[in-house]
Amino acid sequence: MTFLQFAFYVFGAALVFAAGMVVTIRNPVKSALFLVLAFFSAACVWITLQAEFLAIVLVLVYVGAVMVLFLFVVMMLDIDLAKLRAGFTRYLPIGGLVAVLLVAEIALVMYGSFDTGEYRAPVAYGVEYSNTEALGAQIYTQYVYAFEIAALILLVAIIAAIALTMRRRPNNKYNNPSAQVRVKRADRLRIVKMDSVLPTAPISVTEPTTESIPEQD
Amino acid sequence: MIPLSHYLILGAVLFSIGVVGIFLNRKNLVILLMSIELLLLAVNINFVAFSHYLADIAGQVFVFFILTVAAAEISIGLAILIVLFRSRQTINVDQLDSLKG
Repeated sequence: MTFLQFAFYVFGAALVFAAGMVVTIRNPVKSALFLVLAFFSAACVWITLQAEFLAIVLVLVYVGAVMVLFLFVVMMLDIDLAKLRAGFTRYLPIGGLVAVLLVAEIALVMYGSFDTGEYRAPVAYGVEYSNTEALGAQIYTQYVYAFEIAALILLVAIIAAIALTMRRRPNNKYNNPSAQVRVKRADRLRIVKMDSVLPTAPISVTEPTTESIPEQD
Repeated sequence: MIPLSHYLILGAVLFSIGVVGIFLNRKNLVILLMSIELLLLAVNINFVAFSHYLADIAGQVFVFFILTVAAAEISIGLAILIVLFRSRQTINVDQLDSLKG
């Protein structure tokens, strides 16, 4: 057994274990943490497939952002766990039966049938191969429209998430930026015209220089 | 050398666990979203495995887009979840039946 095989089976076992814990454990916070372990193991499995860029993206985007979002939401909500767990054992037999049948059917078709011909010997890339470079060369040429649409989807997701969760509280005070921008000096400042008087030697006062400014009351 | 079928069976097992998760936790909306993530991860493993064994980078490009769309989906899903919890004080799927005739 080579090291690559050993690594694949270890990370595959960790992945299956973590996924099983995600769906069976009682506490949603622990469930989210096991999902982190599942994504991490999946990233390691992808590294055995020489998909380094996607493995790093999975760790950065999923473990770093999506799962943290999950944890925030799970901890923010005050969930009554007992009610949500009702019916867990009732659906265990049928769920387990469906899962076992699904795995058996797929394994029956897959096992051995993809191990011959062109699927037999994958190209093992050397150290000079850059997975990121190869992926980028495809994404920015052949799939550039899809790439831009993906960016647009993310923008829509940002706007939708903010718009859905933002709420106006009635007793909060808000600024009106439009009114702030449109304000004139005349609205805020009042210039009072008064004679300048010298207390000792009264000299005739000349015309004031602030004639152009409109007087406010 | 690891045969391709082992990767595919790993994906199949993961997919089945995701389906079981939907069966078992059909009341808890948060775990349902996590199960959907598991299903998507299983599909992605198949994509990456085929991409490697056929020496075709297009499979990994697809995984890239699936990850993008899944991230958008999960953020909107959690936003809807929060709005639901604010208005109903529950995330139990059985109690979210306002539209039931």
